[in-house]
Amino acid sequence: MFTSVDDVSARLAETGYLASPAVATTVFLADRLGKPLLVEGPAGVGKTELAKAVAEVAEARLVRLQCYEGVDESRALYEWNHAKQLLRISAGRDETWDETRTDIFSEEFLLTRPLLTAIRGDDPKVLLIDETDKADVEVEGLLLEVLSDFQVTVPELGTISATRRPFVVLTSNASRELSEALRRRCLFLHIGFPDEELERRIVRLKVPGLDEALTRSVVRVVGALRAMDLRKLPSVAETIDWARTLLALGAGTLDETVVRDTLGVLLKHQDDVLKAAAKLDLDAL
Amino acid sequence: MTTPAGAGVTERLTSFVAALRAHGVRIGTGETVDAAQAVEALGLADRELLREGLAATLLHGPGQRTVFDPVFDLYFPRGVGGPEQRTAGREDLRHRLADALTADDRAMLARLAVEAVDGFGGYGSSPGSDGWSSYQTLERLRPQTLFARVRDNVRGQGGSSGFTDRLLEDEIRRRIDAFRALVAAEARRRVAERRGRDEIARRAVAPTADRLDFLFAGKAQLAELRRTVSPLARKLATRLAARRRRASRGSIDLRRTLRGSLSTGGVPMRPVLRRRRPVRPELVLLCDVSGSVSGFSDFTMLLVQALHDQFSKVRVFAFVNRIDEVTQLLEHGTADPEGLGARIEAEATLTGYHGSSDYGMALGEFAERYGDAVGPRTTVFVLGDARTNMNDPNLPAVRQIAGQARRVYWLNPEQRSRWGTGDSAAPDYAELVEMHECRTARQLSALVARLLPV
Ligand SMILES: Nc1ncnc2c1ncn2[C@@H]1O[C@H](COP(=O)(O)OP(=O)(O)O)[C@@H](O)[C@H]1O
Ligand SMILES: [Mg+2]
Repeated sequence: MFTSVDDVSARLAETGYLASPAVATTVFLADRLGKPLLVEGPAGVGKTELAKAVAEVAEARLVRLQCYEGVDESRALYEWNHAKQLLRISAGRDETWDETRTDIFSEEFLLTRPLLTAIRGDDPKVLLIDETDKADVEVEGLLLEVLSDFQVTVPELGTISATRRPFVVLTSNASRELSEALRRRCLFLHIGFPDEELERRIVRLKVPGLDEALTRSVVRVVGALRAMDLRKLPSVAETIDWARTLLALGAGTLDETVVRDTLGVLLKHQDDVLKAAAKLDLDAL
Repeated sequence: MTTPAGAGVTERLTSFVAALRAHGVRIGTGETVDAAQAVEALGLADRELLREGLAATLLHGPGQRTVFDPVFDLYFPRGVGGPEQRTAGREDLRHRLADALTADDRAMLARLAVEAVDGFGGYGSSPGSDGWSSYQTLERLRPQTLFARVRDNVRGQGGSSGFTDRLLEDEIRRRIDAFRALVAAEARRRVAERRGRDEIARRAVAPTADRLDFLFAGKAQLAELRRTVSPLARKLATRLAARRRRASRGSIDLRRTLRGSLSTGGVPMRPVLRRRRPVRPELVLLCDVSGSVSGFSDFTMLLVQALHDQFSKVRVFAFVNRIDEVTQLLEHGTADPEGLGARIEAEATLTGYHGSSDYGMALGEFAERYGDAVGPRTTVFVLGDARTNMNDPNLPAVRQIAGQARRVYWLNPEQRSRWGTGDSAAPDYAELVEMHECRTARQLSALVARLLPV
């Protein structure tokens, strides 16, 4: 898919994703080695966005499994369309039960879910298993199975093998430790907060209306906040939101009033806001 | 494995993996094969890509990265030998360092770290006793003293004004910290180059906090160390109490033994031991808080403060080239150990005409101004590396203090083999007072348990 690490960076950048060297290298290797990519890091650093960007570059379909507490096989893999099956049965043709049964457990009545969708068909696909850490541990067994052989056995239909393996991205906020076995299947990539230069470029790209000097100031303030001991540090997503807010307010430069009035865009907890205001020498709120 | 670079790479990768395993990173054969493929796909030309590629294939979690990076630096060094350019001199290097810090030019800072270690980090000349020291490099280069210059440069270039100017000082501190870390990595790399990589990799990477060299500890590691102060103090207090019991279990008090024997018909059944009057000893601490020694001094001060119940009186003095009492600051400091260093710097007068340490001056001032703090019941601890910056060590002042005190001990955070090298006056002081090497928290607690008076 890619000819070099630089090729990865350049083509991701065309889609609006600015990759650090670590990100570009790991994406390159995941493609070369044909291994799933496990991306871990705090919220809002571009994990989901990376999978989308790779799909766009590869001109591949993005198949997304959004994990949550309680997600199960029928949501992740496949399910039989019971309603349709019932209709078919009650429509009752002139046939034996065996014939009916063979018919209702055929492709036509199968609801494919992301994991199955991703391994069927010949078109290129990117499988995004998003926020894997939110799923229950049992789901990991299922993922492991699918990601090991890229095949799925449906008892009524037999084994379905991928004719073309998808590019797989798993993301995690590390709210819980994923199993060692799953980790070992994957290449590991940690995305942290970007360095100043990269973050400036991201802001310039996403909020082009904001002038250069103000962009620089925005990134410096965010950097200062990240060095503080806060409950939740502002991420790239918040930097972008803040930049958009400042643009909308028509702020030409930062001053105490503007920062004080918009700090809530960057910090989500009231005690963080108070602490940061004190450290930044803003007047009492 | 077939790589452009051939068999040498395979071997290097294998021993790299072995070193990571020795540090507790679990790596299977599968990952090793992946890593070899990664090397093949990426080539060796770009070291940082190689680093990321190997990390992606060999690691499974972010926690392992702190072990991985230093081991990688040893097995895949930036360059072998010295820098492309030899340093013209200290001032020239400081000048260029100031520029790089001003521009926050990371690539340049990395190159300057290499130059700095090359120019100022080497010590000794005979094989076996020579080596490279990040501590010595930083002590000579003193990047922290560039702080004001860099700040003024940035402002002068219009790089900081208005609201964000208030962020500048902390930003510069973070840049200087980053440079220090680069120097440490480079010194480690050179030592590895000399001594054989595999041996160093086994022991030079990320020791547990209590075995960490004070002089090489980073900010995060010192913070981790500080968290061990109270448990350590509790342990030491128990040991001191035991020693005190043993010491007071002296001779038998005959009169009281006989008086006690009246109830047993005059047969002395229970010998009564003579109780020593519980006079608790006094302690005076003289602490060099300059530069990289400050990590050691801070920790020791906090430890002694946590032990203050054990003494009738504890007084603590801090110095760089002037000395000032900081006992009060320390008492209030237990709530915020992180801020101790900054508070001492802000509230005590520790420097005169210049910012570098001067033992002779500071010890002289102590003998003169605070001489009465030291009496026959006082034990004095001097904490510092005895590096006088070529100033007069002022031995008479030390002699005077030693004459007044019950005991004087000097705890030196530098390794013994470096005492007397360069501007170290350690051997001169060691002739007058008992000097101990004290490089790690582990060594410190052993010394405290043994030397503290009871
Ligand atoms: N390197 C990057 N290049 C471009 N946009 C980025 C980058 N990193 C983060 N973003 C932006 O930040 C926002 C949050 O990203 P997202 O992928 O949702 O974060 P995550 O999945 O890590 O929580 C998105 O709007 C995304 O466009
Ligand atoms: Mg996401």
